[in-house]
This record gives sequence, structure tokens and C-alpha cells, in this order.
Amino acid sequence: MAAALALLPIGYLLVRAVEAGPAAVLDTLWRDRTFWLVVRSLGLAAAVTAAAVVIGVVLAWLTTRTDLPGRRAWSVVAALPLAVPSYVAAYAWVSVVPSSAGFGGTWLVLTLSTYPYVYLPVAAALSRTDPALEEVSRSLGRSALATFVSVTARQVRPAAAAGALLVALYTLSDFGTPSLMRYDVFTRVIYSSYQASFDRTPAAVLSIVLVVITIGITVAEARSRGRAEHARVGAGASRTPQLLRLGRGRPLALAATGGVAALALGYPAVVLAYWVVRGQSAGVDWGRLVPAGASTLWVSLLGALAATALAVPVGVLAARYTGRGVRMLEHATYAGHALPGIVVALALVFFGIRYAEPIYQQTPLLVLAYAVLFMPAAIGSVRAAVSQSPPRLEEVARSLGRTPAGVLRDVTLPLAGPGIAAGFALVMLTTMKELPATLLLRPTGVDTLATELWTQTEVGAYAAAAPYAVALVLLAAVPTFLMSRAQETLVSDARGGER
Amino acid sequence: MRAPVAAALTVVLAGGLSGCGAFGGEDVLTVYSGRNENLVGPILEQLEDAVGTEVEVRYAGSSDLAAQLLEEGESTDADLFFSQDAGALGALAKAGRLAELPQDVLSLVPEQYADDEGRWVATSARARVVAYDPRQAPEAAEMTSVDEVLDERYRGLIGVAPTNASFQSFVTALRLDRGEDGAREWLERLVDLDVQKYDNNIAVLDAVDSGEVALGLINHYYWYERVAEQGEDNVNAEIRFLDSDDPGALINVAGVGVIAGSEQEDAAQRAVEFLLSEEAQQYFADSTAEYPVVEGITSTEHDLEPLGQGSSVDLNDLDSLEETLDLLDEVGLT
Repeated sequence: MAAALALLPIGYLLVRAVEAGPAAVLDTLWRDRTFWLVVRSLGLAAAVTAAAVVIGVVLAWLTTRTDLPGRRAWSVVAALPLAVPSYVAAYAWVSVVPSSAGFGGTWLVLTLSTYPYVYLPVAAALSRTDPALEEVSRSLGRSALATFVSVTARQVRPAAAAGALLVALYTLSDFGTPSLMRYDVFTRVIYSSYQASFDRTPAAVLSIVLVVITIGITVAEARSRGRAEHARVGAGASRTPQLLRLGRGRPLALAATGGVAALALGYPAVVLAYWVVRGQSAGVDWGRLVPAGASTLWVSLLGALAATALAVPVGVLAARYTGRGVRMLEHATYAGHALPGIVVALALVFFGIRYAEPIYQQTPLLVLAYAVLFMPAAIGSVRAAVSQSPPRLEEVARSLGRTPAGVLRDVTLPLAGPGIAAGFALVMLTTMKELPATLLLRPTGVDTLATELWTQTEVGAYAAAAPYAVALVLLAAVPTFLMSRAQETLVSDARGGER
Repeated sequence: MRAPVAAALTVVLAGGLSGCGAFGGEDVLTVYSGRNENLVGPILEQLEDAVGTEVEVRYAGSSDLAAQLLEEGESTDADLFFSQDAGALGALAKAGRLAELPQDVLSLVPEQYADDEGRWVATSARARVVAYDPRQAPEAAEMTSVDEVLDERYRGLIGVAPTNASFQSFVTALRLDRGEDGAREWLERLVDLDVQKYDNNIAVLDAVDSGEVALGLINHYYWYERVAEQGEDNVNAEIRFLDSDDPGALINVAGVGVIAGSEQEDAAQRAVEFLLSEEAQQYFADSTAEYPVVEGITSTEHDLEPLGQGSSVDLNDLDSLEETLDLLDEVGLT
């Protein structure tokens, strides 16, 4: 079911490409421009991923392992940039600093809006791992840095790799930021080829290239994860590690953390506040804002439910079995995540109108679109949570006569609960910000905060747009906050509430 | 594990928003609008009374909707497509997705404002103009051709919005007027003059108004809306209409077409007539500061300069956007 859904867009793309015939396909493929697009998109994805991993890992380490002043507060703040839609951040930069357009601005905005994908799982992994290894390493005379590199970094590698994968796919699929920043990458060209010729062939061919790249990236990530996710005897005991004293490095660490927060949160907040002040004369149209907020909440809740329901079986399989079939299934679900929203939307238009006419342009189909787009985020969380809970417990339950289904219900899922909840929150918040698929598939007459924001900004009514942008950020901040809380719960549960 | 969840989901979904939206549209006129709700919402709300059936409007980008309509094919619920530009209508017409309009509807507008084969009709028009800062470039008040923009004295002081559809239409007109090489030469000179790139017409006008640049290429109505909003005395920028046969004075349109095979064909045609009625034309002239396409309507809100005969460019030829984008790529204006 999950895989069938995930393969819908790919099926659609193949239909479109085959229909056009090999000549047209090759014509698109053999252009110089296609080659450069591959290079540029991959370059951007690599640069954003590298920077996001560095920021995410450093922040996670600072907030979980050191005596950074106010680290509990920082641990929540560090996750909050997820609540800022990247197109809002991009607009905030490019409207005030026009010279930020191009590669630099695209890289900056995407890095700042995606590093939480790395930060969250790494922070969770750091708080769950047994610090004993690190202590042993320190007692054997290794410096803090050497310990971090040789011990800590290895322990968080699977979490960091899973986060990096999401960052890379997000970068490949994002359209809003490169478009506002005027940096030509795949998605921007896919969109403009729809606009230019209404010819769906080049767009389909380029999208297939994107799918191939995605599969390459996911396979690489799976390889790097390897089989040694947690090679140790017993799960160890996660307890509060001894905090590293930063000593003279404290101001520097604080400046780094504060600097990231200022750029990723503070700056867009200031620009939004400026819009609000400018728009005060216009007032807030509550009659539109409230229903849009309610619709946003409703469809994102359903989208998160659907994505999580589909992700749990895939995630459990991916964590517990490493057969080829399971691998393929997992990789297939990632395809939807790297495709631009418009392509997934048109794929669902294509199938919806032919095979699901009664729900076409109704909520269920929109929810399915969200599931296709955002399942991978949920799968990643579920897989990480399941693979962190010791298989011994499941084995004990089986030996005591439980059925496999019973084990899943009573042992595996409760243990992975917080992780699944975090995945749910992540999908919910990404769904809130989604625009292209929402525009084409929403029920006629239903508006979400994202579509309202688009309506206003398209005609440059930034003052009128401000309330919707603020509402969207506030609404998205709730699941973000819950997500960082879910990780905390996970941690304190694991420690048997020893605090 | 999976079955109960799926069942629960189905129940939740079925009880969800299905109250909204009509199935298959028995007596509902479904309009796909690529024009922004802020601009055309008020006039489309009056459509229901004018046409006499329930009306539902879906808003999205013109090109997104065109792609969606092509994808939906004959199963579409849409009856009417209201587009921001002629290009999207042209694409649907070529794919055979628009029905021919009756002659009495077509005869409401001058012939340059309708498709040759009568498959779509313009509802309002807009002209490209040169916006200028009178403190830096008072001489722009006398400009007649877009070539005069390419003057050394404006180095670093020209603003355009190269990713915006309106600028791209102008470049298409330039290609049609001067051939590929002529257009390339013109654009290369523009780039050589260190042209300043902005995201949209509004940003270009802002830059002219503040003196950041001396000249900007925009659509006329942005300036009129700005003047209506802030008062003539508070707007520093001025605009200049170039000679009507110059590509820099291109006139582009928004328009409508009736979807082929629509079950609501009569209602859809009445909707087209309404959009060409005096009331609707007055609305466009007053609210969006666009040019009416029907004779004898003058704006009561904006002091619109009367248009000349319109540019010599056939709007149906404006669909060669692919080549325009390639050219913009080539000269580095993306």
C-alpha cells in the first residue's frame, strides 16, 4: 500500500515520458543544460547538506553534552526554524538584501531552514546513548575533541545520516527558495517548462532524472548506515552524562548558538513584524484567517495520520529486517519526497481523475498527496526509534508465547512511541507549509494558510500577507515544540526518570 | 494493525470536508481562475447573479491550472478558464480543450482582442511602460522607443524583473519584432549596462520610486494602483508610454475560454458575456486599473492614457516562450 502510493508519481512520469517517445526524451536529456542542472542541483544539495550536518551536530552536541548556559531553552529554540516556511525566509532575505539572490542566498536559506532535520535526531541519539564509552575514552587520555571524533561521532552517525538524507531530498525538491533567489536548479526549470510551453514532457524527463538521483542518494545513505547501527552487547544505560565544561569556550559556543538562532529565527521574525506593522492599517481579515487556520490544522492532522499509518509498517520492517525487498520498498517511498510538489500533484491529478473520480479534488486525495510527499520523514523517525529499542525485549516476548502482532502492539510500538510521535509532528508541520499540491488538489473553495499567503504575496500585498505568515509560523511552532518535547520524554523515560 | 487504522482513516476522511465541493457539478459552474483572488474575487462573486447558477471558483497560477486542465482532459469539472495571460489560453486552444465562442460574444471586442478561431476572448488589457525617476532621468518623459533605454548614462540604473511573465512576454515581442539575433543583441547590451534584476514589477517600481534605479520596465497598472493608494504627490516615479508600434509598448491581455465538452456551456457563455459587460469592464478599469477591451468605457478612478492602436504583435504568437527562456538563459538574465 505504502509502496504503491509512493510509486504513483513515478508511474505517472513514465506514462508521460513513454507517450512522448524516445526522440523527445533523448532531446531533453542530451541538452547541455540538463547536464548543468544536474551539476548545479547536486552541488547545492551537497553544500546545504554539509552545512546543515555541521550546524545540526554541533548544536546537538552543545545542548546535550556541555554546560552551555540555558541549554534546555536552546534545545527547543534550535528546532524552531522548522516552523518558518523556507519561502518566507527566502523572501525576508531577498527583499531586504537583493544581493543575496543566487547560489549564496539559496544555500543560506535552505541550510538555516533544514538543519533541524539533522539536529533533532542527533540530539535524541546523543541523549539516548550510553556516555560510558566516551568516559572510558577520556579516562584513557584522549582529548575532548578526539573523543568526539572517535566515539561520539560514530554513535550519532546513523542519526546524522538519516537527517542528512532528509536535508538533501528537501533541497532537491524545494521550489520556493531557488525561485525567489533566482538560482536555476531542477525544480525551477521543471516549473518554468510547464509555464513556458505547457509541454509536460521535458518536465517529466527532468523529474525522472531527479528520481534516479534520489535513489542514488538513498542507497548511499543506507550503505553508510550499514548494518552496524548499534553493535554492542545490551543496550547499555543511558543516563545523564557528565557535562563537558566549555570553560573559556562558553562565550564562543553561546555566540555560535545565538548566531544561528538570530539568522534562522530572529531575522525572519523581524521582517514579519515589519509587515505586520505596515499592515496594521489594513487590519486582519479574521473571517478568512480563522477558517484558513482551521483547514490548515485539519488537513495537516489528516496528512500526518495517513503518513504515519503508512510509515509504521515500513519503518518497523526497515529497522528489523534487512532483506532486499524491504530496502527497495524503503527507497521507493523516498522518491515522492524529492520530486517537486507540482509533479506529485499532477501525478495525483492524472490518477485521481481516472481512477478515483469521487474523491478527486476532495480532502481524501489531498491527504494522499501529503502522504506521498512526506512519508519518508515519518519512516525515518519510526525506523530510528525502533532500531534504538533493544530487540531482546521482542525476543523475550516471543519466547513467552506472544504472537508477532502482539509483540508489535505491546512491545515494539510502545517503546518506539515517542519516535513515532516525533515523526507525526514532523509530517504535520511540513504539511502545513506545503503549497503546490495543496493549490491543485484542495476541495474547491477551501483555503489553507499557505494558499492564502500565496494569494496575497502573488500580487505583492505583503502587509495583507503578514497575518497569514505569522499564523502559519505560530501554528507550525506547536508540532515543532512537541517534537523536541517528544525527544525529551524519550530520553527521560529511557533514564527511568532518574532526575 | 493496518486494517483498523485504514478503516478509521476512511471514516474520518469521509466525515471530513466532503460537505464542501460539489461532485461532478450538476448545476454548478466551475471556474478555474489563474487571476488572483484579490484582483478578480469581487467581480466573480457577482457572476452567480449574472449567470443564474451556482458558481465555484478555484484559484491557482495560470500555468499550473493550464497543466492541470490538460491532465484532467475530458473528465474535467471545469467549465470556464480565466487566465492571467494569453499564453495559457493559447496552449489550451492548441490542445483542442477550448470550445468555440458564439459570434455575438466575439463581436463585443475589437478583433485583436480575440483568438483568430474564436476559442478565447480577452477581458482586459495591459501595456508595458517605462517607469522613470524624474530626478535622475527627466528626459525619459520624451522616450518613444525601448532602444533609448540602452544609453550609457543609465549604466547600473535600469531595473527589470526577468523571471516575471510580463517581462518575458516583452522579450517574446522583441524576438518577433527583430528576430533572434536582434533580440539577443538588445538583451546583451542590457546586461552589459549592468541591469538590476528584481523579483517582480512591484519591486522594480519600488526601486524607481526610491531612486535606486533611474528606469524600470513594468506593466502600466502597477503605477496607477500606487498612485491611487498613496496619492499622486507621494509617488515620485512617473511612467512613459512608448510608441504603439514599439515592442516596449506591448499590449498583453487577461482572458477567458469555455472548456470543450462543458456540461454548463450555456452558463459558461453567459459568464463570458458578463465579463465583457459594461459592469465588469468598468470594474477592471476602476479596480485593477487595466484597460477595458470594450469600446466606450473610461475609468472613473484612474487617469488612464488612452491606448493607441495596440502593438503590432499578434497575441497568438506570444506562446513561443520556450525560445524566450532559452535566450534569457543564454544572455544570463535568469
